[in-house]
Amino acid sequence: MTVVDLDRPRPVSTRTFDDYAALGGAAVGSLATVWLLYSRVFATQGALGFIVCWYVGFIALYAAVSAFTQPRVTVVDRAISAVVHGGAAVVGIALATTIGYVFVKGWPALHHLNFYTQDMGGVRPTAPLTQGGVRHAVVGSAIEVGLAVVMAMPLGVATAVYMAEVGGRLSNAVRTVIEAMTALPDILAGLFVYTVLIIGLHWERTGLAASIALAVTMLPVVARSAEVVLKVVPSGLREASLALGASKWQTTTGVVLPTARSGLATSLIIGIARITGETAPLLIVSGASTFFNTNPTHDPMNSLPLYIFTAVRSGETNFVARGYGAAAFLVLLVLGLFALTRVLARGRLESK
Amino acid sequence: MDGSASALDEPRNIDQGLSRSDRVFVTSARSVGVFVFVLVAAIGLFLGYQALPTLHHYGFRFFTETQWVPERNIVGLAAVLLGTVEVALIALAVGFPLALFTALFVSEYAPARVRTACVSLIDLMAAVPSIIYGLWGFFLLQPRAMLVARFLAQHFSFIPFFRVDTDPNAAAWAQSKFTASAFIAGLAVSMMVIPLAAAIMRGVFAQAPLGEREAAKALGATRWGVIKTVVLPFGRRGIIGGTMLALGRALGETIAVALIISPAFEIKWHVLSVGTATVSALIAGRFGEATHAQLSALLAAGFVLFAMTLGVNTVAAVFVNRSRSGEGSEI
Repeated sequence: MTVVDLDRPRPVSTRTFDDYAALGGAAVGSLATVWLLYSRVFATQGALGFIVCWYVGFIALYAAVSAFTQPRVTVVDRAISAVVHGGAAVVGIALATTIGYVFVKGWPALHHLNFYTQDMGGVRPTAPLTQGGVRHAVVGSAIEVGLAVVMAMPLGVATAVYMAEVGGRLSNAVRTVIEAMTALPDILAGLFVYTVLIIGLHWERTGLAASIALAVTMLPVVARSAEVVLKVVPSGLREASLALGASKWQTTTGVVLPTARSGLATSLIIGIARITGETAPLLIVSGASTFFNTNPTHDPMNSLPLYIFTAVRSGETNFVARGYGAAAFLVLLVLGLFALTRVLARGRLESK
Repeated sequence: MDGSASALDEPRNIDQGLSRSDRVFVTSARSVGVFVFVLVAAIGLFLGYQALPTLHHYGFRFFTETQWVPERNIVGLAAVLLGTVEVALIALAVGFPLALFTALFVSEYAPARVRTACVSLIDLMAAVPSIIYGLWGFFLLQPRAMLVARFLAQHFSFIPFFRVDTDPNAAAWAQSKFTASAFIAGLAVSMMVIPLAAAIMRGVFAQAPLGEREAAKALGATRWGVIKTVVLPFGRRGIIGGTMLALGRALGETIAVALIISPAFEIKWHVLSVGTATVSALIAGRFGEATHAQLSALLAAGFVLFAMTLGVNTVAAVFVNRSRSGEGSEI
């Protein structure tokens, strides 16, 4: 009678040498076959197409090799597993190349100190990278985003408080309209502000107009995510507060909002990250300046996304390099904001 | 005795109404809500109102005319709408499987250690600004995708979509014929819709009931068996809803498309060959020199786009299960 060792768990993953050999063999075999067909028989060029063909060949060969020793169920399982891993890898590689490419191309501009301390006033687009920079665009972005947040955040949170804490039939209508408005393509927010303020009321194209357009795109996002955050506040806390005799107002300001603080901060930062990279509305309403301008009510004001857009469309080598530098800077900003949301979210989890 | 007994039977009124501070609070909160309602509704109504003169002026020809030459009073959306839909559908054709695989990988295949990191990466991907994806698509992807387009044109030109009106087999092949196309714009847009769709799908997959998963495993199902019998049927609504939301996003995408395509106003089914037009890229390209009438035409185009995205998003909202939005969570 065999003694079963009860203390040691039975290994549930039973991959044998045979399985690994099938995997590796299929990879190498398909590489050779596809190379032969792709570059010799059909004489096609292009690494991207080669990798796609190799992958298709790999899955076919892997399934075929597995079919020698395994039942059909296992063959299907393996093929699907390879497809899913491949799809996820493609997305991961695409994300990595997107971010990596911007930094590689932006490095020539990024490592000059003047890139951060100077603006493009009086600097020709063809000037060497030791002249000119993105100071005006960074400051412009900061002012526009700041103003947009000042306009959209209180309104958004107040609307969320209304939908979550006060409620009523009207609040459903408000929610419906706000959800509909998240469908508004960002360029239409810009076109709306352009038509009303610049054509209709004869404003100049200024930073303020840009921040109004940004606020229009940000408001539904903030209102919706803030409402979700407020809904997650346990209703037991509200009931406890009301049972102690607190009024609705006291409950909201003393219990609900403090509990939801880190969640609200997260939704705020998500909103900021979203509008920091928003290009389309700015293209229409703000106008691109080359000079340093801190007055949002007068003269055009540049911003990072717009700077990138004009720079890469110019075709001038040095200006394109500056555009990439600005793009890398923008990605860094967004990554920083993103990391901040993670830290806040972790703080919320730990406090629970 | 009688009188006091009947007084006891009468229930005491426990709703004492709101205190004065609460009345102020409720009223002001409601007025903020009404303000936002009016503001947001006004934007939609404004777009519709501005579109009226154009729709009235051109009538139904606005939807059948392909050219966009406001100087000659010829304005129509047929080519633009077709281009918009083509770019969005290509983005979905590429993005849907990749988003589905990514969501399945994260929820079913990824080891538990890296799962949180994967979820963060999807969120990060959604946070990358669209102009960055535009740069990626234009400078990094286009020279490579161009060769794929040529490959498709060489070997699959019997499918009408893949035909290009040049000889792809020529030794000195016309590279510019394969660039700035709906295909490449669609690839760039797919990068923006993948995180959106993948995040929603993953969220739904993660909610698939554990008991049913375990039951399937106990019956000897492979990993794919569990996915096929439990995860996918459970997550069907999320898959459809997430895809529809992605479609809405893809229809409205502006800057990456404007960076990549070269404008062409014609009915064009050959998605691999140069030139197309989308509503948002049209607005981005034309608002600058627009006179009042032209601006109205652009607003009408924008309104049609908004109506499309709104319809798509509404259908998506029906599918995406938002059970949590109704009530607060319990302690």
